[in-house]
Amino acid sequence: MALANAFYNTFVKRNSVFVTSIFAGAFAFSVGFDVAVNNFWDRWNQGKQWKDIRAKYIQEDADS
Amino acid sequence: MLSRLPAAALKSQSVLGASRSTASAFRTRATSQVRFASSSSATLESLLTSRASLISVTLFSAGSIAWYTHLYGSLPFVGEVHANSLADDGLHPTAYPWPHKGLFDTFDHASIRRGFQVYREVCAACHSLDRIAWRNLVGVSHTADEARALAEDVEYTDGPDDKGEMFQRPGKLSDYLPPPYANEEAARAGNGGALPPDLSLIIKARHGGADYVFSLLTGYMDPPAGVEIREDMSYNPYFPGGAISMARVLWDNLVEYEDGTPATSSQMAKDIVTFLNWAAEPEHDERKKMGIKAVILFSALFAISIQVKRFKWTVLKNRKIFYNPPKDLKH
Repeated sequence: MALANAFYNTFVKRNSVFVTSIFAGAFAFSVGFDVAVNNFWDRWNQGKQWKDIRAKYIQEDADS
Repeated sequence: MLSRLPAAALKSQSVLGASRSTASAFRTRATSQVRFASSSSATLESLLTSRASLISVTLFSAGSIAWYTHLYGSLPFVGEVHANSLADDGLHPTAYPWPHKGLFDTFDHASIRRGFQVYREVCAACHSLDRIAWRNLVGVSHTADEARALAEDVEYTDGPDDKGEMFQRPGKLSDYLPPPYANEEAARAGNGGALPPDLSLIIKARHGGADYVFSLLTGYMDPPAGVEIREDMSYNPYFPGGAISMARVLWDNLVEYEDGTPATSSQMAKDIVTFLNWAAEPEHDERKKMGIKAVILFSALFAISIQVKRFKWTVLKNRKIFYNPPKDLKH
């Protein structure tokens, strides 16, 4: 109950704080979620993607 | 089928049967109790022997057979002899463990790069790839500089210039891969009347996809005894009909890979099929990654929605309704 009260008093009491925290939370979640999935993806497909083999073909001053 | 019959028909039959059987088999027994006990078995008997049952069962059987024949084209449990063989439809390709087969697997981009080399040195002599531009290779199998250099090797017709004339210029990244023939008629004329299909979407356009194309490229063999193959055609059991106008092209060490991979014919077939699979589905890697994200998010949302529903419904699901009838005080 103390936790719920603290949550209510911190985030929900003022609408400006409530809305802002929802937007900030959505932003932080989407960034974190993407990072987590991409990490898993790159570990699973290690050595197969272009960025893994790109170093073999890149010359100096190349732009891709 | 029984349920389709009017209920009165069954009822009258059972009554008739019951009275008849009680009259014959149970004539000696006189007590009403015995007659009552035997009447249920008599009903069953009449159900099994009555004319209505016979008709309905016959109709049911005939209907099932007709339905099956309509659905599958042949009678069940009856042997048939066909003039054509299954080989005429082409062998089913083996399912190969492609590096990009799994739900989480991207293409093997080193293989795409080798496959492009095979396409350019071997396949491009007859097959076009007109939905792929040089720019599509950038960031997939080649650097921008490499792709630009490849494009500049090809001359493209551009124009009109300010005098209204077309002119030749070296290729740019935005140009599409050059076709080997100017038009379909030229392609047919160069290949004995057979049109080499465009390979841009060939993996999507054939049943069996990558497995089929790999099997086709590696499946050339001498025709079996009794199979006649026309001149200029080859026998391939994976090709429907068996006779294919494309001769076997992949022989060991046909190309020399820049990364030192031994160029066996199956290696080249695997690489070209991976490349063509990428050409048919360039969005493949991104699509699978997005799919993972979507599945995770939507299953989480679904679980939450189930929880919310249970929470909202607890009041309704747990209530009890009591009914206290009003007492009639007058009696």
